[in-house]
Amino acid sequence: MAIFSLLFLSQFSFAQSGGGSNYLLISLIAIGVVLLVFAVLSLADHLIQIEGKKVGINSKRTNLGIFPSFSDLFSKKAPSYVGDDAGYFSFSKGHDLKLAGSPKGEIKTLHSSRYAVRPIDFNGMSPIPKVVVEVGSEVKAGDPLFYDKKRPEIMYVSPVSGEVVGVTRGAKRAITEVVVLADKEMTYKSFDVPNLETVERVDLVNFMIGSGVWPMLNQRPFDIVASTEESPRDIFISTFDSSPLALDSNLIIDGNEAAFQKGCDVLSKLTEGFVYLGLDARGEKPHSGFTSVTGIKKNYFAGKHPVGNVGVQIHNTAPIKAADKVWTLGVQEVIIIGRLFLEGKYDASTLVTIAGSQVTNPCIVKTYQGANIGDLVANNLSHEKNRIIAGNVYTGKETSSEGFLGYTDNQITVIKEGDHYEAFGWLLPIKPRPSISGTFPNFLFPDFEFEGETNTHGEKRAFVVTGQYESVLPMDVYPQHLMKAIMAGDFERMEGLGINELTEEDLALCEFVCTSKMPLQQILREGLEMMREQA
Amino acid sequence: MGLIDFFKKIEPDKKKSPFLHTLYDGFFTFAYTPNTVTKGGVHMRDGMDLKRLMVHVVIAMQLCYLFGTYNVGHQHFIAAGMYPGFLEGFHLKLVHGLIQMLPIFVVTHVVGLGIEFWFATKKGHAIEEGFLVSGALIPLIMPPDLPLWILGVSVAFAVIIGKEAFGGTGMNIWNVALLARVFVFFAYPSTISGDEVWVSGFDRLPNDETIAEEFRGVMAASYGWFHTDFANGLFGMLGLDTFRETITPMVDGYTGATPLAIAAKDGWDAVTSTYTPTQMWWGTIPGSIGETSKPLIIVGALMLIFTKVASWRIMVSMFIGGTVMAMILNAWGATPFMEVPWYYQMYMGSFLFAMAFMATDPVTASSTNTGKWIYGFLIGFIGMIVRVLNPAYPEGWMLAILFLNTFSPLIDHYVLEANMAKRLKHA
Repeated sequence: MAIFSLLFLSQFSFAQSGGGSNYLLISLIAIGVVLLVFAVLSLADHLIQIEGKKVGINSKRTNLGIFPSFSDLFSKKAPSYVGDDAGYFSFSKGHDLKLAGSPKGEIKTLHSSRYAVRPIDFNGMSPIPKVVVEVGSEVKAGDPLFYDKKRPEIMYVSPVSGEVVGVTRGAKRAITEVVVLADKEMTYKSFDVPNLETVERVDLVNFMIGSGVWPMLNQRPFDIVASTEESPRDIFISTFDSSPLALDSNLIIDGNEAAFQKGCDVLSKLTEGFVYLGLDARGEKPHSGFTSVTGIKKNYFAGKHPVGNVGVQIHNTAPIKAADKVWTLGVQEVIIIGRLFLEGKYDASTLVTIAGSQVTNPCIVKTYQGANIGDLVANNLSHEKNRIIAGNVYTGKETSSEGFLGYTDNQITVIKEGDHYEAFGWLLPIKPRPSISGTFPNFLFPDFEFEGETNTHGEKRAFVVTGQYESVLPMDVYPQHLMKAIMAGDFERMEGLGINELTEEDLALCEFVCTSKMPLQQILREGLEMMREQA
Repeated sequence: MGLIDFFKKIEPDKKKSPFLHTLYDGFFTFAYTPNTVTKGGVHMRDGMDLKRLMVHVVIAMQLCYLFGTYNVGHQHFIAAGMYPGFLEGFHLKLVHGLIQMLPIFVVTHVVGLGIEFWFATKKGHAIEEGFLVSGALIPLIMPPDLPLWILGVSVAFAVIIGKEAFGGTGMNIWNVALLARVFVFFAYPSTISGDEVWVSGFDRLPNDETIAEEFRGVMAASYGWFHTDFANGLFGMLGLDTFRETITPMVDGYTGATPLAIAAKDGWDAVTSTYTPTQMWWGTIPGSIGETSKPLIIVGALMLIFTKVASWRIMVSMFIGGTVMAMILNAWGATPFMEVPWYYQMYMGSFLFAMAFMATDPVTASSTNTGKWIYGFLIGFIGMIVRVLNPAYPEGWMLAILFLNTFSPLIDHYVLEANMAKRLKHA
C-alpha cells in the first residue's frame, strides 16, 4: 500500500515539475522505496525471532532470520567437538607472538631445595604482612606462613614442608618473600574435609581460608584475593593460556581429572551464579578432563592471543557490570583446591615450563609452587646476558636465579637482554623483530620463531597512533582513552570505559604493540589502585 | 664499533650546552636505536617505533616528490610553449623543478626543525619525530612559486601556534601541514590562489621602456644566476639545450588555470577542452607541487594502508563521503560545476592527496574506529560542498579537514559516551 501511495504521489510531483528528467526526485523515491522494503523485511525478521524465542529455539544456533547474519557469513564455523550446550566464540583480533625455545620431551620431576611465598604477588596486600613463623621453625605443607594485617582471616600457607630459612625484606622493609628449605620427603598437614553435599557456605569458606587455598581465588575488579564475605556473581576459569611459550594446560590436567572436577564442584558451591569454563577451540579437541566436566557452563574460544585470557572470555560471555564481583582461577589452582578436597592435604605440586631462546634444553618440570628459579634453570642457560622472567614475556616479572616463582606462575621464560645500540635500527633492523606492523616483512613468514630480546626498539613518546590497541584486543573497550582517563584521574570515565573489566594481563599485548612505548600495565595498575582506594 | 665510540666521545655536556645536547641526542638516536631495555610491564616490545612510523609516511610520499619536482619544470616549459612532450627537455625541466623545490624543502625544514629543536631544549625532552612528516608534506601542498619568506613564516606559525603551544608531537589539534597552508591562504591569498601561481617562474613584466612593446604587462619568466650561469654552463659542456637567456613570454591563450578553476566557471566541457582526463589522471597539469598525479598518490595510499601506518577507515569513508556528495550534486545539477560527473571530481584538485596523507594524520583525526568512519565521511562530504558550492574557495579539503580536526574530539566524545552508556546500562 505504502509503496503504491508513494508511487502515486510521485506522479503528482512529476506533473508538478513538468515531467522532466528530475533525477533527484527519482533517486529520492527509489531510496525511499528501498528503505521501506527493508523496513518491512526487518520487521518480519524480528517478529520471527521473537516467535522463535517464545517457542524456545536457540536463535544463536539456528538462524531464523530472513537475512543471513554477519557472524554467519564471516565467522568461522565452530569445530565439531563444540557441543550444543556450549557457547562458541571466535575472535579475529589479537596477535600470536611465536618465540623460539618451546619445551620438548618428557616431564621431569625437579625438586628444588628452596620454595617461597611472596606477599608481593598479591595485589593490594599491605607491604608488611604479619609473619607467623620464625626463621628456623619447621613447617608442613599447608602450615600458615603469614597473613595480611588488613585481612587477618586469610592465611597464606607453605607449599612444602621444611624449615623456614629466611624472611627477605625489600625496600622500606616490605617483606618480599618467606623462604622455606624443603624436606626431601614431603609431609602434609592433614585437614578434615567437610562433606560438599551438606556443608554450609560459611563453613566451606572457613575451611578454605584455614587450609590456605583461599588466595587462589582472584576477584575482579582489581585482581585481588577474593573477599570472604561476599559471594561472587560468577566464577570464571580459563582452561588454556594463549600467551607466548605458555604451558599446555592439557599436560596439567592429565592425571588430575578427578581433582579438577572436584575443584569445579567446590567452586559451584561458592557462587549463586555459574562456574564458566573457557575451553580452547583453536585446534585439536581439548583434553577430556576439561570437556567432560559437569556442573559448569562451557564456552569455547578460538582466535589469537589474548583469547586465553580470562578477562577477554568474561567480557564476551557475561561482562562485569557496575557492582559485580566475579572470581577467576587458573587450571592449576582449581586442581590444588580439588586435591585438598579429595585427599585432605595442601598439595601444591605444579608443572612449570622452562622455555625461551636462551634455554639450552627447554623442558617441562614437575615441582611445587614458588620454587627457586636458580634450581630449575641450573646448567640450562646459555652464557650471555639473559633476562629471566617468572611468567611469560608479556606479564611475567623480571627475576634472577636467586628469585622464586610467583604464586600462580607456571612458566619461566629466558630471553636475551637487548642492551645494545643498533645503527639505523629503526629503519633497517639487522635481526628479525616481532611486530604487528606491516612495515616489517613478518607476514611473509607466519611460522618464524623469534629469538626475542628486551630492547625497547625505540623511545617513549606521547600517544600518536590510534586504533592500534583495539586491533589486538577482542573487547569493546578503548584502552587509549582509558589510559588518558587514568592519567587525568577521572574516576567516572575510568569506570565508564571499563577499568573494572581489565587487569594487567588483558592490556599486556596492547603494551607490546604500542608504537609510543607506553607502560600500559603500570598505568592500569595505578588506575585500579585509585579505584580500589575510592571504593 | 669505532663509530659509536666516536659518537659517545663527542657528546656535549647536557648542563653546559643544553641545545647542543638536544641536537646531539636527536641525531644520535637517528643514527642508532638506543640500548634501553624494558623495565616493568612487558619484556619484549614491538619492533615499531615512532621514527619508523613517520619515515614510512615520508617514503610513501616519495613518488609524489619525484613527480612533483619534475612537473614544476614541465609546467614551466609548457607555459612557455616549449618542449610540449613530457620527456622533452628532460634535464631542463628537472633542473628547473629542483631549483624551485629544493629551497622550499630546505626552508621548511630549517624553520620547522629549528623551532622543534629549540622547544625540545627548552622543555628538556627528546626531539620528537612529528615534524618528519609535516616537513615532508608542507612542500607538496604549496604552490611552486611561493616566496620563501612567506613559507618560512607559515611554517613557524604552524609549528609554534599549531603544535608547540599545545605541547608538541601527539598533542596538536590541527594538522600542522595544513595549518601552514591555511596561514598562507588567508594571510597572503594572492600567492596561493588565482591562475598564475600554479606555474613557476613567471612574473608580470613592468610597463616601462626597457622592454619591447609586445612584452609589456605580460607574464614572462626570468631566470636567476643558477639557471643561466651554473646549469647552462654544465649543459653547454654536455652539448644539451640550455635555458634561454632571454625572457620567455607565455604562449597566447595560456592561462595556467587549474581544472578546478575552469570547472568552477564553465563546467566539465570547458575543462576537457584544456586538459584531457588522462592528463589530469597522470598529473601533468598545474597545481600544488605534490597533489597532481593520482596514480602515484594511490600507490602511496595503498602502501600506507598495507603497512597499517594510516587508517584505511578514514580513507574509505572520506572517499564515500566525497562520492555521495558529488552524486547528490550531480542529481541537483544547478550549475555547470555541479554537473561534473562525480568520478571526475576525483581527477581534479587534491582530493586523493588529502585523503591519503592529510585526513589520516592519527593525532588530529578521530581516535576511535567508529569516530574515524564519521570523521572521514564528513570530510569528504563537507569538502565537496566547499569545493563546488562555495565561490570563494576553489578547493575544499584543507578547510574541511581543519574543520573536522576541530570536531574530532567531539565525535570521539560521543563514541565514548555511547560505549560508557552501554556499559552502565548493563548495570
